[in-house]
Formats: sequence, C-alpha cells, structure tokens
Amino acid sequence: MHKYLPQTESDIQNMLKSIGVKDIKALFKDVPESIYLTKEIKIGKPLSEDELFKHFEVLANKNKTNICLLGGGVYDHYVPSVIPALVARQEFLTSYTPYQPEISQGTLQYIFEYQSFISELTGLEVSNASLYDGATATAEAMLLACGATRKDKIAISSALNPRLIDVIKTYASKRNIKVIEIELIKGRTSLKAFNKINDGSLAGVIIQTPNYFGLLEDATPFSAAIKENKGLSIVAVNPLSLGLFKSPLEMGIDVAVGDGQSLGIPMGFGGPYIGFMATNKTYMRKLPGRIVGSSLDSEGKRAFVLTLQAREQHIRREKATSNICSNESLMALWVTIYLACLGNKGLVDIGNLNLENAHYAYKKIISLPHFKKVYDADFFNEFVVETDLSLKTIDRVLLKNGYTSGIHVGPHQIMFAITERRSQAEIDHLVELLGGIKHV
Amino acid sequence: MYNKLIFDYNTPNRVGYDLPTHFAKFDNSKLLAKYGRKQTMILPSASELEVVRHYTNLSLKNFGVETGLYPLGSCTMKYNPKVDEAIASLKGFTNLHPLVSVNECQGSLEVLYELSQKLEKITGMSGFTFEPCAGAHGELTGLMIIKQYHLARKDKKRTKIIIPDSAHGTNPASSNVCGFEVISIASNPDGRINLSSLKSVLNDEVAGIMLTNPNTLGMFEKDILKITKLVHEAGGLCYYDGANLNALLGRVKPTAMGFDVLHLNLHKTFGTPHGGGGPGSGPVGCIAKLVKYLPNPVIIQKGDHYEFSNSKTSIGHVSGYYGNFLVCVKALAFIDSLGETNIAKVSDNAVLNANYIKEALKQDYKLAINEPCKHEVVFGGVINENGVTTLDVAKRLLDYGYHAPTIYFPLIVNEAMMIEPTESESKETLDEFIAVLKLIAKEARENPDLVKGAPHTTIVKRIDEVRAARIPLLTYRELINYHE
Ligand SMILES: Cc1ncc(COP(=O)(O)O)c(C=O)c1O
Repeated sequence: MHKYLPQTESDIQNMLKSIGVKDIKALFKDVPESIYLTKEIKIGKPLSEDELFKHFEVLANKNKTNICLLGGGVYDHYVPSVIPALVARQEFLTSYTPYQPEISQGTLQYIFEYQSFISELTGLEVSNASLYDGATATAEAMLLACGATRKDKIAISSALNPRLIDVIKTYASKRNIKVIEIELIKGRTSLKAFNKINDGSLAGVIIQTPNYFGLLEDATPFSAAIKENKGLSIVAVNPLSLGLFKSPLEMGIDVAVGDGQSLGIPMGFGGPYIGFMATNKTYMRKLPGRIVGSSLDSEGKRAFVLTLQAREQHIRREKATSNICSNESLMALWVTIYLACLGNKGLVDIGNLNLENAHYAYKKIISLPHFKKVYDADFFNEFVVETDLSLKTIDRVLLKNGYTSGIHVGPHQIMFAITERRSQAEIDHLVELLGGIKHV
Repeated sequence: MYNKLIFDYNTPNRVGYDLPTHFAKFDNSKLLAKYGRKQTMILPSASELEVVRHYTNLSLKNFGVETGLYPLGSCTMKYNPKVDEAIASLKGFTNLHPLVSVNECQGSLEVLYELSQKLEKITGMSGFTFEPCAGAHGELTGLMIIKQYHLARKDKKRTKIIIPDSAHGTNPASSNVCGFEVISIASNPDGRINLSSLKSVLNDEVAGIMLTNPNTLGMFEKDILKITKLVHEAGGLCYYDGANLNALLGRVKPTAMGFDVLHLNLHKTFGTPHGGGGPGSGPVGCIAKLVKYLPNPVIIQKGDHYEFSNSKTSIGHVSGYYGNFLVCVKALAFIDSLGETNIAKVSDNAVLNANYIKEALKQDYKLAINEPCKHEVVFGGVINENGVTTLDVAKRLLDYGYHAPTIYFPLIVNEAMMIEPTESESKETLDEFIAVLKLIAKEARENPDLVKGAPHTTIVKRIDEVRAARIPLLTYRELINYHE
C-alpha cells in the first residue's frame, strides 16, 4: 500500500480478470526474461511524509544561506510573496503544454502577457514563450544567427559571463561553428578589435550589458558595424536593468536574450530560471520554441493559441528551428506576475535602488586602505575592486560574519553584487569587516 | 466570464509592490545621459489584490492533474505530491546562490549525489549530469557525448544518427542541433524496428541510434537485445529516450537492454509537475566509459563530504549552473517516498491501467496493435467513425470534464489517439473515463454533429488556428494596434 498507488489487491485482480491475464507479469511477456527484474532495486526503504520532510530539512540546513554578495548572472533579489502563492495553484503547476487551448486559456494568456512584457522591455517586436535559461538562450541566438545568415562564425565579447561563453562553445563545437572572442579595453568590448574581424564572414556578434564585470556597455556601434556586413547583432541583457537603461531596440539590436532570474526568481542553487529571446518580425519565423498568438474562437471571442508551429520539432522534426519542447512555462508566469506587480514605476524604482546601494558600497570599499577601483563607475549593481589582501582571507572573514563573499575575477580582484536587498546596516558592516582585514 | 488582460489594469500611480527604503543618495544623471532609456513601455499599474485576482481568474481557465484525469500520452501526467513542493520550498534550497563555496552547499550537493546514486541503480548507468533542463535538452547532451566519444577515438566518419519514424520530434531535432545527419528508418506497423531496414543502414558512418522503449505505440521492442547488439557491432552507440520509462521503472534497466546513454524526464517518471510546459529536468546518464564526457562538474563523495570533480574530456556546460536543481529535489523526494518496495509498482500499475483501458475500449475504438501494451495505448479513431475524427473525440472529452489524450502522434498511426493513464488513477476513475469514451463512440454513431461541434461547454470554443498563423498577434501592442 502507498498513498500514491490507488490500486488495491482486489482492484488488481478484477482488472487482470477483465484484461484476461493471470498476473501483471503476463503483460510483460514481450520483455526478454533475462532482463526482467523480479528483485527489488535497493534504493532505500520508503519514508513516511514526516520522515521525508525531516530528512530534507536536515539536508536544507546543511546549506549555509548567508547574506549574499555573489552575482555573476544570478542575484539575490526580493521575491514578492504573491508569486510563489499564485504559481503554486495546481491549475498552473500541474498542467502541461497548452495543446488543448479550450481548457488552457490560463496558461496561454499568461504566456501572451509574458511575451508582451519581454517585447516591452526589449523594445523588440516578438518574443517566444521561453527557453531553458540565459545561457542556452544565448547559444540559441547564435544558432539563429548562423541559420539566418548561412555563416558559421560568430564573434563574442570576452566580457560575456564565462557561463554563457561555456555554453556557446559547447553548442558551437558540435556544429563546427567558429567562436571568436573580442578583446577588451578597460573591461569593455573593444570596438577597434571588433572592426578588425568584422570582415563579412561573421554570422553575428554577441555583447552583454551589464557585462560580466558589471559594466554597462552600449552595443550601438557594434550593431551598426555588423549590420553593414549583413550579420546579426545579439545582446544579452539583465532584464531588471531595462527600466533605466537603453533597450535593445534603442541599441539597434536584432536579437535580445537573457535570463529572467533577476525578475524575482529565487536563486535556487542554479534553477529553475528562464531564458528569454526577443527579435523583430524579420526573424520571427526563425525563433526557437513555442509562441502564443491571439486569435478568435468559432463564436468570434478572443482566444489564445499556440501558433507559428511550423518552426517546431513536432512538425518539422530535423528541420525545426530548435529541438526545444518543454520550456520554462511556469517561470514565465513567475516573471509575468513580478512585472505585473512592479509596473513601470516599480521597475525604475528597483533599478535605482540597485544603483544607489551598489554605488554606496563601492565608494566606501574603494576608499578603504587596501582596496582600489579597477574600472570606471558605470555599473548597475555589481562591481570589481582590486585589493592587496588575500582573497581567501576576505572570504573567510566574511563567511565567519554571515556573508557569502563575492566572485574572484582575478588573483587580486573581487566582484561584489549589491542589490536592493542589501540594507545600509549590512553594507556598513561589510565595509567595516573589509576595513578590519590585515595582511597576514 | 472574466475576460481581462493584465494590461487592462493601468490606473496611474497605483502600485502592486513595495521596496526597502532608499538610504543612499546617488546622482544617476551622468549615467543615464550615456546609457539611459528613452523608449517608453506599456506595463500595467495594478494593486496587489488586482494582480492576485487577475492570475487567480486565469488559473480558473486551466485544467490540471488535480482537476481531473489528464491522459496525455507520452507525457506521464501523474500526481505531483504536495510534500515535494513543500520540500523544494525550504529556504535552505531556494535561497542559495549556485556559485557558493563547496562548504556552503553541502546539502544541495548531497541531494544531487543521492539522486545520481538512485538513478544509477534504477537505470544501471554509471554517472549522471543534471544540467539538462528538459528531455530534449537531455537528448542534445547525450548526443554530444556520443559525438565526443567517436571524435576522441579519431573516428571522424560517424556523422549519422538512426531514428525510427515513430520517434518523437525532439529526437531528430536534437540530432540536427548536434550537427548529426538523421537517417529515418520506417518502423513496422507496430512501431517496432524493422531489423532488416536497420541492418541496411548500419555502417561505419553511423554514430548511434536513438530509441524509446516501449516505443511511441506503447509496444515493447522485443528485439531490443538484437538491435543494440547490431548497432554496437557496427561501432555505434545506443541512446535511450527515457520519456517512456514509466513503463519499465524498477522492472527493466536500460543498460540491460544495451543502452549506453539516456535521459530521464524527471517531470514524467519522477512525479515533478509539468508547470504548463516546464520547468522540467532531463538528467543524462551514461555507462562507465562515457562518464568522462559528462558536463563538468560531477559530484563525488569523500567521507561524509561532497565535492566537485572535473574531467578534462568533458563536452562542456550545456546550461548555466546545475540545471533545474529545485526540480531535482522534488524527484528525490518522490523516489524516497516510494522507496524500494514500491518503485516497481509504479510501472506495474501504469501498465495495468493502460491495458485495462485498452481491453475496455477496443470494441469502440480502432486499436492500433492488438497485443498487451505497456504504459500507454494507441487507438486510431472511432470504429464506424461516421465522419467523426480523433480531434472531435478529443474535443468532446473536454465537455465531459477530461483532458484529451495526445492526438495525431505517433505520426505512423492514422487518427492516432494516445492514452496514458499513469499509475496515479484508481479503477473507479478509469471506469468512468471508459464509460465516457464509450458514450462518445455512441454519440458518433447516433448524433455525429454533436461530437463534431464539440466542445460545447468550455469557456471558448474551437479556435481559429489558421487565423492565428496568418495574422500573428503575439503581443499586447500588436493586439491593440490591429484593426480588421
Ligand atoms: C517520447 C518523447 N521524447 C522526448 C520528449 C521531450 O521531452 P521534453 O518535453 O521534456 O523536452 C517527449 C516529450 O513529450 C516525448 O514524449
């Protein structure tokens, strides 16, 4: 007996009788005897709900959740309580891809709203229904560019998040796509270096803003330059920064991608997050993944439905624009509710709060004796500082005092992310701790 | 009938959020002069209750597993336990950055290590990665491993993957994304591999074969040992699409069938919710000689401490961090709740339920294959169809409060209707469902227009898909700017 298995012994006997077989094993008669297991696979005794919960509580408590100064693509942001509450509704949580639109208007409408939000944020005309995460979305954008231009070389900024670069390279190598990294100058992508390689052989160029070092980049000259050579401009953006900073459209971008994690998704040790992708009508039919459109039902009522499916794997098989099937629908709902709560005002407000807090911390830290600045101060909520102290010591002191230290971006450089969640007291204490560390 | 879009809530200065107090002064004018946004956005301005009510009302336009039977074939729409959700919401799991030091994430590493160990025992594989975020992502990852294996052996000619025409669309699509050429082989009418067509395409250009077993007709591939042997003899590897593992869980290990690489769909077999189309999780497992190609890092145990281990020959990362970690937490909780005494009953009961439906409906619906099926059964429309299509039957089911089965897949069965009840459903639920499908068959005979006009009771009726594709209105802006 188990609460997830409703068939009683007498149900099983009755059902077997209706089927006309003697036992369940008879239903497996086409399985070679040599590979059919009759013995249990030893994966442990069943745990009752209370035992199970306690066991996982112990595991969860083995993780140390401190005041988080790590960023690098994943940030400790505020999660409005309404989101987990709404997203947990079974009608959203336990349904699947809206193949039967008449009973899936809830899912279809929120995807439509999500696509609208992504389109508004990026300024680009169309968005798909989601991809796995920011890294795979960037790799898919590369494939889109190569497919659209029939070229097999892509230029990427060396200031892309290394995780993005890893995934881009993994995908590229299997398709014999050549990836060229553009050199940096003072932490930003060098236009001069790009111009040297922008010789007409490139399918596209990928820039990130804010880039891996937290610095804002204006991708406009890159998009203008690649356009002259008929390549595509791709930008990876932090969507939370788009209330304040130039939209991809304003930078002349063809394809915008990114990770929606910063829009109120918990860090969750890496996932689930959501990758987004937006583009213009020109490349609409080259988009990977699902797309929802508004149509009418047979009585003339507005109704939403999956559309432009002729791009997809279930119809085009090996000729599809992508292999994606299940995407990150529930996380699209997550992001949608987040943006519905914030609206324009909230997006600008939270953007400013990130800017203020990060710059407050930055100024205090670089005025400490053992710390100095590395780049200019044009950053959003993450910055690199240089120190002659041991980074290991910094990590140890911070951890002892309840902070998870920043990312080491060089032997003497550390990067801190300071979001709206960091209070003045937390930042002041951080500065005090950093100021108290001595050479060993 | 609630009919608003979130954009209909746009009262200026009404807000649905609050934020910590601003404490630091920062003059952003210089920054915005250089990087500032001028383009305006249409976003709603709604109070928190307005937002909550809006999405609650949208949820009421949806159908979930907890609403009623969801027999969507190939998708394994089983019950998603509440306790798994509660566990995955523990702050220790949700509030953890993926780049924390090893000492700060011992609990998460233990979850991934334990899950890997248990999946290895269940599948016979020697190692797992959790980076893939869904089944198709797992396929791509597994194919990359196959590619890397051949290249590492300097066997550069192997550029082709064999896939039966009964396969799911993601199989050929993933092969293409991985830079393979797809060789599609025609299946026998029962969806099983035709050994002589397999033999005719096997040569030293074949990197491997992708199969799911039971196949997409719900039939066990009887010749599986011969098939994998033939492919191995030709120097290829065998990939198992684990989408259908719910038929064999605890009964047949994929390695025993001769498979070298596989993905599992945690959102199918291991009870994690489908979320309206993700997040899923598609962990990839492989045999010992391929473990060194898995994405870095894999997690190893040293005493009671967990660490990362990196391989120089890894294919590289396929996603940003460790995949959909919180989904993995739920899957482990699902396995631990069932435990060794119940895990095989999952597949036993799933197969029992499908065969029960098969026997009960074969007088009314054209059974694709008259043999014991596994966890799902495929019909080819109503007997004496009277102009009633599978689509009509599916829509009529909605009127009776059911989700429809998967329809028009697999492609090799005319008017396919693929029913997968899963082990979660009781005999009573199945009896009611059978009675309704029999009733619909009767309606088709006696009053076909009733079925052809279905659904009658849903909040919207059949939707004009041609119009949706011809006039793509994909955003709110397009919707309000469009005039007939
Ligand atoms: C047989 C089969 N293979 C692969 C997949 C792809 O899995 P996912 O949607 O998780 O990417 C599916 C999904 O429905 C499937 O049924």
